[in-house]
Amino acid sequence: MTKIIFVDFKGKKTTIEARDGDNLMQAAIAGGIEGIVGECCGAMMCATCHVYVEEPYLSSLLERSEGEEEMLECTASEQRTNSRLSCQIKIGPDIEGMIVHLPEEQ
Amino acid sequence: MTDNTIVIVGSGQAGFQTAASLRTEGFEGEIVIIGAEPGLPYQRPPLSKTYFVDSDAQRLLFRKSDFFEKNRIELLQNIRVTRIKRDKKQVELEDGRIISYDKLVLAMGTKNRDLPIPGTNFENVLQLRTLADADKLRQAAKGASGAVMIGGGFIGLEVASVLRGLGLDVSIVELEPRVMARSVSEPVSAFFENMHTAMGVKLFLGERVASIQGNAQGQVETVTLGGSGAKLAGDLVIICAGVVPDIQIAADAGLAIENGIRVDEYMTTNDPDIFSIGDCAAFVHTASGQRVRLESVQNALDQAKCVAAKIAGHPEAYDRVPWFWSDQAGTKLQIAGLTGQADQWYEKQSDSPKKLTVLAFKDSQFVGAETINNASDHMTARKILALQDKVSFKDFESRGFDLRQIAMEKARTG
Repeated sequence: MTKIIFVDFKGKKTTIEARDGDNLMQAAIAGGIEGIVGECCGAMMCATCHVYVEEPYLSSLLERSEGEEEMLECTASEQRTNSRLSCQIKIGPDIEGMIVHLPEEQ
Repeated sequence: MTDNTIVIVGSGQAGFQTAASLRTEGFEGEIVIIGAEPGLPYQRPPLSKTYFVDSDAQRLLFRKSDFFEKNRIELLQNIRVTRIKRDKKQVELEDGRIISYDKLVLAMGTKNRDLPIPGTNFENVLQLRTLADADKLRQAAKGASGAVMIGGGFIGLEVASVLRGLGLDVSIVELEPRVMARSVSEPVSAFFENMHTAMGVKLFLGERVASIQGNAQGQVETVTLGGSGAKLAGDLVIICAGVVPDIQIAADAGLAIENGIRVDEYMTTNDPDIFSIGDCAAFVHTASGQRVRLESVQNALDQAKCVAAKIAGHPEAYDRVPWFWSDQAGTKLQIAGLTGQADQWYEKQSDSPKKLTVLAFKDSQFVGAETINNASDHMTARKILALQDKVSFKDFESRGFDLRQIAMEKARTG
């Protein structure tokens, strides 16, 4: 299990214990995080699992794929340099304690 | 809020989302979901896709069990509603139990179409709809060498691509002259036909299955085609011949039916205390004025939110851009709008043979887009379709069919 901290757009923090091997979208849903929708079940087609990842964790993640880049241009809330689709982030010990901010809208 | 008990029939995407959204909307009464399947509500789309490879059913769940406790959502599993007694505002379950409702939400979805051909009772003649079906299919695929898909729609093609990826010989028999004929334009069908053929899938288009044969042990062996009479060898046969709405209890109760359960723009049936949403509901798509019944996640989610808002006392008429996706061997198809109504198509020049964008017009107005591996065009098409103003073929033509430019300009003027 890996600890992940979600911060919603009002600043409220929720810590979840995520299953290693799940992706962050699945972990957020299993952990009852409301700001994540995941309409396409992780197929990288809906941009409703958008998150902002804090450093130093951001740099440790695999880079965005071309498909993810495209979807991030279509998010409901503004795209920032630390925007990611949470379905593309794999849970593992390397991101223990990662802080993730939720956008206002998905 | 006087409506104390909301009963939801169906525990799929639409039924689950209604319960979740009722709580988000601040509804504090009782919520009961009645599901025909065992277990917690789960996502269906991955069953024909990633679930074959990543068989972790935990990952399919919308929420874990504590969510239902915390939100006081009672979930009755593995049981069907047999009757709606509108005069008493009750539903009757198959075990005779009676449950009273103040408001009733019908979200039964669809069931697989029966195929009236001999031989469907042989072992390893399977269907795919539920998690249990998917587990059975995955198990059967392990020992199989050749699969025949009956039906070349979305599910048939998705499963075919997975099975081919696992190394099976795969044939698809489709009644229409092209794959996904009822859902997509000719260039998109052709793209996927070429892709499947290149993967080694054999396509039998414009063909019907006459019968299925098995051996003395009851195991399936061949599928005989009705047109050519050819026999296709297969130790696994999967029937993906489409679905029909699961609406018997609604029809029996005298609710208006028009392909699906007829609802107004607030998802209300002809009984003001009964609503219907998702795959089994027929509603009027505002932009086209057509009454439609759509089978998609988007439709289930957005209609669930609409009905929850209505019940919670903040009604807002339903008006959403329909969208849909399919994923076959890593190739992503997305559909925005209702492209089936189109009388004119425009295929955009593509910078890559792996990408395709086909724009759909009706009476020279933009009504939708089908895109392959082009999420950007898809999302932009959705933005354009959500605008109040219609966009004409001429608007597209004069801007070189650049969707982004159109979206930006129209957003400014609109």
